[in-house]
Amino acid sequence: MTDPLVPPPRKDPQKRSVSPTRPPEWRSRAAMGLTAAAAETRFALQSCTECGALQYPPRDACRSCLGTDLPWVDADPAGTLLAETTVRHSTKLYFRERVPWRMGSVQLDAGPVVLCHLHPDVTPRARVRMTNRLDRAGQGVLIALPQTPTPHMQEAPIMRAVTSDPKLRRVLITDARAALTPALTRALLEAGAATVFVGLSEAWRGPLPQIEGAEVLPLDVTDTASVQKLAGEIGGKVDILINTARFLRPGGVLARGDTGFAATEMEVNAMGLMRLAQAFGPGMCGRTGDGVNNAVAWVNILDAHALSPDPAYGSFGASQAAARAIALSLRGEFRASGLRVMNAYVGPTEEDWFAPLPPPKVAPKALARDIVAGLQDGAEDIWCGDVARDLRDRWRADAKVLERELTMGGDAP
Amino acid sequence: MVASYEGVALVAPYSHPYQRYSNDSAHWWIAKALRGSLEMAGLTTRDIDGFCASSFTLFPDTAVALTQHFGISPRWLDHIPMGGASGIVALRRAARAVQAGDASVVACVAGDTNHIDSFRNLLSGFSRSALDASYPYGYGGPNANFALLTDRYMHEFGATREDFGRLCVDQRANALRATGAVMKKPLSLAQYLGAMMIADPIALFDCVMPCAGAEAFLVMSVEEATRRGLPFATLSAAIERHNAHADDPIQLRGGWTVDIDTLWQMAQAGPGDMDLVQTYDDYPVISFMQIEDLGFCAKGGAADFLRGRDTTVTGDFPHNTSGGQLSGGQAGAAGGYIGLVEAIRQVTGQAGGTQVAEARRALVSGFGMINFDRGVCSAAAVLQTGVRA
Repeated sequence: MTDPLVPPPRKDPQKRSVSPTRPPEWRSRAAMGLTAAAAETRFALQSCTECGALQYPPRDACRSCLGTDLPWVDADPAGTLLAETTVRHSTKLYFRERVPWRMGSVQLDAGPVVLCHLHPDVTPRARVRMTNRLDRAGQGVLIALPQTPTPHMQEAPIMRAVTSDPKLRRVLITDARAALTPALTRALLEAGAATVFVGLSEAWRGPLPQIEGAEVLPLDVTDTASVQKLAGEIGGKVDILINTARFLRPGGVLARGDTGFAATEMEVNAMGLMRLAQAFGPGMCGRTGDGVNNAVAWVNILDAHALSPDPAYGSFGASQAAARAIALSLRGEFRASGLRVMNAYVGPTEEDWFAPLPPPKVAPKALARDIVAGLQDGAEDIWCGDVARDLRDRWRADAKVLERELTMGGDAP
Repeated sequence: MVASYEGVALVAPYSHPYQRYSNDSAHWWIAKALRGSLEMAGLTTRDIDGFCASSFTLFPDTAVALTQHFGISPRWLDHIPMGGASGIVALRRAARAVQAGDASVVACVAGDTNHIDSFRNLLSGFSRSALDASYPYGYGGPNANFALLTDRYMHEFGATREDFGRLCVDQRANALRATGAVMKKPLSLAQYLGAMMIADPIALFDCVMPCAGAEAFLVMSVEEATRRGLPFATLSAAIERHNAHADDPIQLRGGWTVDIDTLWQMAQAGPGDMDLVQTYDDYPVISFMQIEDLGFCAKGGAADFLRGRDTTVTGDFPHNTSGGQLSGGQAGAAGGYIGLVEAIRQVTGQAGGTQVAEARRALVSGFGMINFDRGVCSAAAVLQTGVRA
């Protein structure tokens, strides 16, 4: 049984911070399929379209028939532990600082044998359940878990290493007035977050929504000085940053008549993200090796129309596409430290400015629950609500067809 | 039936003394061994018309670049990147070239350097499947791979750490008689058992030590060797097999099991006729596997088989008489030559301090290239005395 985590002592600034090393990240292009599945926490194997054989390790040709069309498909995660070892000496710095490290060989019921990380609660020769997660190099890795969940299993070092679980971590939510923030604060505290900081801009604007348990601090993402000031005060304690700041008005390009709202959308949704990243990013990247409460994740909430805009919200869609491009760039820039960028793609939420849209819409509580679950699972991309999942599937199937469907226009007279 | 290797002579077995670390390049090491072997035979580079090289650290060169590097002009050239199977595979290719007349004197050389940190770099790019699917899991390299095999082997067959330890202790005793071995301190079973764990159940003395070194020998016709008055060994039989038993969930046997009948039929001998045995020993469990798969005992029986035997040079089952890799050191691809070169010395009476009395027939086996979860190449050869020194 895994020992539950205990709150770590206050950090001693005289002591060395464990460097932000990462596990091996070289992979073949074929192996990236495992990473793509891990980004959504799916367990998948290469499957030959010609003969149906499942295989592992990843290859460019089927070992049964030499077929070369080998998509990754979700697979049965059940297996049996064949053999195991505890690595006590590793030539790779990431592991050298973390040994002993338990790994093993698992015969999958689906056929192939995999090498994988072993959860400490897996017993020798046991039946196991495989899971596919991103490691701190941002690559998919396989972990054998006990067949049935054990107490505190999420708190084992291997699970802390591959997830961004909020337990005992300190979280900054950037906008106290976002409809999501109270629900998100509650969900994080229920998940064991040590502290939730909440940013508040322009306190004079009116009463604050009820945010129990959060520490409210001044933060205006459109003001560089404000962002830098808060980063100076709490930047060294933020383990997870969740950007809820968002400005939104309905209307396409022609409907507006000017660029005023569009400028604010860009200023908050895209430039705000950049300001936050510039102020908080480097500090968080330097603290990814910090033990139990290390910096682990940066969360963006993006409208799913960042993939392809809805002309009724065209200028907002442009700001979301810009924010998405910035988020993907940050993912690359943060990668070297192991700091994970999680994008939560969401369909229309229950808020005033989306009132004209038909259901289904995403309630703040549901979005908060998905974000916390995404952090607990260590996801990189999550899709919240039916609209977001529908857009994702259509975009993946054919981006052009989706574009045409979204930009249909009225019937000719 | 495979055509015999009749008429082929193996001469001039040369090992350049190993070093733990070296600033010199693989080219330097290969040159040293090539010259050493040629000098033993009284030849120069102008006398060879066949050349075969094996190395892990030759990048960006291959054997072809070495021809220009060394100023040789062979009419037959090969590059054998098969790690622990390199020696026997090179021997097979060279022997056929000599038989067919494609070459008359072939130099087979393996060598690697070991700079500070080069082992880590070598591990970092060993194979695509290792990069994709084994190094991300603790980065234990071959230690972790063999730890898994050893764990399963012990579970399946009841072998103990003492069983592996006895083999390692005997090899160390052999190394004390060898001039070139890197490990020169006696090793007791208690020290073996008390050593620090590296990747459970593999401890320090189960692991080879990476080092720099090179090995070489020459292949020519029996007439040529006789004309030059050189002691030589003949090749009674040789097999190789790659990616055998691919569906075994974990490697407990190698490709030798597929070809064992061919080997002993060609050799017109059996395991009991061997005066000494050289297995590829990067980890003791692999030596156990070879002893079983080559027919010295049944599958899983190596621990029992060895329990009643003395595997030192003077024992009743002389094994890895130069100390093998476990005590000699693992000089990269030269590790795939260490047993073969020593066996040629043994059956030609040139083994000096490690000489097994009256050694006439030797079995050598090779095992190479850990790809993802197992070694892919396996090979074996039976050598016999042609003319003794």
